[in-house]
Amino acid sequence: MLRTGVIAKKVGMTRLFMEDGRQVPVTVLQLDNLQVIAQRTADKDGYTAVQLGASNAKVKRVSKAMRGHFATAQVEPKRKVAEFRVAPENLIPVGAEIAANHYFDGQFVDVSGISIGKGFAGAMKRHNFGGLRASHGVSVSHRSHGSTGQCQDPGRVFKGKKMAGHLGAVRVTTQNLQVVRTDVERGVIMVKGAVPGSKGGWVTVKDAVKKPTAESTVYPAALKSAATAAVADAVEGGENNEG
Amino acid sequence: MDLIAQLEAEQVAALGKTIPDFKAGDTIRVGYKVTEGTRTRVQMYEGVCISRKNGKGIAGSFTVRKISFGEGVERVFPLFSTNIDSITVVRRGKVRRAKLYYLRTRRGKSARIAEVTNYKSLDDAQA
Repeated sequence: MLRTGVIAKKVGMTRLFMEDGRQVPVTVLQLDNLQVIAQRTADKDGYTAVQLGASNAKVKRVSKAMRGHFATAQVEPKRKVAEFRVAPENLIPVGAEIAANHYFDGQFVDVSGISIGKGFAGAMKRHNFGGLRASHGVSVSHRSHGSTGQCQDPGRVFKGKKMAGHLGAVRVTTQNLQVVRTDVERGVIMVKGAVPGSKGGWVTVKDAVKKPTAESTVYPAALKSAATAAVADAVEGGENNEG
Repeated sequence: MDLIAQLEAEQVAALGKTIPDFKAGDTIRVGYKVTEGTRTRVQMYEGVCISRKNGKGIAGSFTVRKISFGEGVERVFPLFSTNIDSITVVRRGKVRRAKLYYLRTRRGKSARIAEVTNYKSLDDAQA
């Protein structure tokens, strides 16, 4: 059953020493005031999803249109907004805040982010080409890509030929990263290994698509507290009355 | 303090290890836990510390070099590894470099390091 993911900020990397002597490299991801802003329902939008917003923003830094959108949801303006497809039974009330125990230790997740931009890069760096030889008559073009095709037939370079060009700054997903530790109070999720993007960048974390769903998964989501959830329900109720 | 530094400081505190004051040039003895099947024992590894890297934090490590059966052996230990049982300083060396990689090309007499007899640690000097 599809449930929501989370928006997190990549804080940086560190290491953990385990009791059994293992050393685990981890990326620290932080959930910062992660709230549900809107719901997408089958009747209205033709699909079901939740729209989440992370990290409170200053009102003056939010566009007027978005301010209105946050006002209808009665949540503080957010810096980052993203939508997650969910099963209809896993919709979360607007205003509810998601906590870090949304994922359990040992769970596998997929993390997406915008990779670090490398600018215009050569074929060796961009596509792991081997380059030309260091000697045997090669001059100037040691890092070039070499031949790009055949002869008069076909007489052109095929589309999609791997060449030099812009590298990085695209959306990248790293699959099957293991959650090592979570901290609800600070909203910290520690994931084993590296995650795309720079420090301070936004990433989205979802349940791994290539692993079976674990029984200990929380549905529809781990919310900050029951009390908060109750308030959120009230807020949602009020909103419906207004509408 | 940023979140990473905070998490690292907490982990250092949680591991509760007392790292003796040592630097490159000192001869140290490291008790390293070795697991053989189900049994664990502590193996001693003694040699000259030829480098310390990445400070005193959780990422810190040090390299110990010794001559074993005529062959130079170097091992890198993470400072806060849970596999390290103990670190003891055997001898204080007098050196003028932070990294003693030049010892790799030396053998015998020229690879000796003079001993410091009146060693004062930085912590003592401040106190």
